[in-house]
Amino acid sequence: MNTAAIEEREHYLNAGYTLKSWLLTKDHKRIAILYLITVTFFFFIGGIFASLIRVELLTPQGNLVSSETYNKLFTMHGIAMIFFFLIPSIPATLGNFFLPMMIGARDLAFPRINLLSWYLLVIGGGFALFSMLAGGVDTGWTFYTPYSTTYSNTWVISTALGIFVAGFSSILTGLNFIVTVHRMRAPGMTWFRMPLFVWANYATAVIQVLGTPVIAVTIVLVFCERVFHIGIFDPALGGDPVLFQHMFWFYSHPAVYIMVLPAMGVISEIISVYSRKPVFGYHFVAFSSMAIAVIGFLVWGHHLFVSTQSVYAGLVFSFLSYFVAIPSAVKVFNWTATLYKGSISYATPMLYAFGFIGLFTIGGLTGLFVASLGFDVHVTDTYFVVAHFHYVMVGGTIMAFLGGLHYWWPKMTGRMYPENWAKLSAAIIFVGFNLTFFPQFILGYLGMPRRYHVYPEEFQVLHVLSTAGASVLAVGYLLPMVYFMWSLRYGEVAGGNPWGATGLEWKTQSPPPVHNFDEIPVVTHEAYDYSTVAKEVIEVG
Amino acid sequence: MAEQAHAHEESLALREQFDTAEQQKESSTFGMWIFLITEVMFFGGLFLAYTIYRNTYPTVFGMASTSLNAVIGALNTAVLLCSSFTMVMAVRAAQLGKRKAIIIFLILTLLLGLVFLGVKAYEWNEKYVEHHIPGAHFHFEGTAEQGPAQLFFSLYFAMTGLHALHMVVGAGILSWLLYHAARGRFTAEYMTPVDIAGLYWHFVDIIWIFLFPLLYLIDRHMK
Repeated sequence: MNTAAIEEREHYLNAGYTLKSWLLTKDHKRIAILYLITVTFFFFIGGIFASLIRVELLTPQGNLVSSETYNKLFTMHGIAMIFFFLIPSIPATLGNFFLPMMIGARDLAFPRINLLSWYLLVIGGGFALFSMLAGGVDTGWTFYTPYSTTYSNTWVISTALGIFVAGFSSILTGLNFIVTVHRMRAPGMTWFRMPLFVWANYATAVIQVLGTPVIAVTIVLVFCERVFHIGIFDPALGGDPVLFQHMFWFYSHPAVYIMVLPAMGVISEIISVYSRKPVFGYHFVAFSSMAIAVIGFLVWGHHLFVSTQSVYAGLVFSFLSYFVAIPSAVKVFNWTATLYKGSISYATPMLYAFGFIGLFTIGGLTGLFVASLGFDVHVTDTYFVVAHFHYVMVGGTIMAFLGGLHYWWPKMTGRMYPENWAKLSAAIIFVGFNLTFFPQFILGYLGMPRRYHVYPEEFQVLHVLSTAGASVLAVGYLLPMVYFMWSLRYGEVAGGNPWGATGLEWKTQSPPPVHNFDEIPVVTHEAYDYSTVAKEVIEVG
Repeated sequence: MAEQAHAHEESLALREQFDTAEQQKESSTFGMWIFLITEVMFFGGLFLAYTIYRNTYPTVFGMASTSLNAVIGALNTAVLLCSSFTMVMAVRAAQLGKRKAIIIFLILTLLLGLVFLGVKAYEWNEKYVEHHIPGAHFHFEGTAEQGPAQLFFSLYFAMTGLHALHMVVGAGILSWLLYHAARGRFTAEYMTPVDIAGLYWHFVDIIWIFLFPLLYLIDRHMK
């Protein structure tokens, strides 16, 4: 196969070259690309704030930025990364592109709503960017009352409005996914033949649909409180600021699973392909996604262990937080069991998957530390918590996002990425990540509070290590940007199924035609049945 | 070969991503139900706040509730229930493909919805006159606990306000339906928009069915 062969055939990328053909597209694949560009943009915005934070923390005196500016930096880092990168990252890009293809559909159930949801993210992102440029916001990404409603003199309302609008983007994506999975599956694609990535996105969609409206109404109340002083969260009028924390975390803890469940789905796909074995205990892995989605709604109180919550409520939330670790552990154990006696190849996506398993395990286990009441009181609001959630969010979600991006890049673009560069950057990211965040566990355990930019001198060594790691990490993130761009033009032409994978998305050309399949496929076997694929790989070449 | 995948021409009743009109109708209806679930969660946050504060300040909430005009509220409830009835009739007319009947019942639904909003505006104005709007000029007679009394009215305005906003959106949807019904877009084979707009209208109605007793009737049983 050569370059000319790709260009002769009509596919989703060459179906139109005008800006209009992109901005008014209803094709889920093009919308996924729009999302990819948008979330990458916000990833780098958030990355810039992170870099400034790390540079500031090089010295204990706090002499790069003022305290006020520092408050804005970590707030805007969190807002950009959580609401505009992590939440839409995997579902809206890889999910949007591959969920319909994996179940053999021509598109999502509601293509116009899909496009609308991208516009909502852009509009919400516009409000957030405006707030950042106009002077920033300093409440922390958590917007705790009464600071956010009464005392902060920064751009709280416009930021909150941005998050409110972006929330509807998330809701509509979830709604679209649920209806698509229920109603658009190809003949023979039963629920238990669906790839685990689809299950993971389905579970995520359930959380998006049930959780996001609650943060929306919470933001409405914060807005009313700030503008009209209605008293809902104001103790002076008999209101309760802790009610805000309950409502905020009722969404924002499940939101953690919005971020990590799709990542787990990506890992299931990658582990299976590169060990050439069906995922061990398929049903358990599928149900564990649903279990995480359900139990994840019952653990929010572990964010309020020191917020006047009764000790009995604390006990229950602590127990439930331990409980949600079970389905997560089911996944980790089943991935490792899949590797056992597999025919393992160390391709780049697999390196990311290995990174994910190790780092997510550390992130998850330290989650158990902070879920236990006694230990949590010691490390509340310290770098221990910061390290814990970065192990899950960065070590988990971003690892899987990059792994998935490499895995599906040949399908999305029809080109291979340069394997050696990709392996190198995977290694750099792994090293850089651990160097950045492992010292933060120690810092937190020793008592370094989060959100402070002046600190005692004995913490400096660990902070310097962390900042050094962050610069390594930055190199690791910039490299894929460069070689992915390079591969669009110079990459080796990828065949329909370069990995010998089993999913339906590999049974069509790369890049896929506008309607995904020349003929709607009929599914006759279980997911990850590699006995069926050997012959096809030879045929497709 | 590529033609096989999108064999049919796109129409309103059969968008190209669907295989059959039935699949499309089921998907649209299902999507609407999921949207209504998100609405339940959205209003749920307010009901949660209401529950907590009513339990914390039962006496003041009772007094503040009694100050609302229950007769007008009840009449408005009746208006809204009637609008749900005319909405059902519009859906039925659409199922039978009766264009004129669809238009008549949609207009009736829209009018009843507007009556509801008008009455609501009248009530809000009453609150303004009585200084029951939360803020600097708030004053509620007969209790020293001005804060909790204001909380009640904050919740009252947040809940009825968001409900009214949903009514306004619903009125917009009805107008859109009217426009298309007048052009004869809806037939017995394709009436999904009327159907799912009906679901939305009934949902907004049901929210009010909960709001009315929770806001107006807390303390009436003693009298």
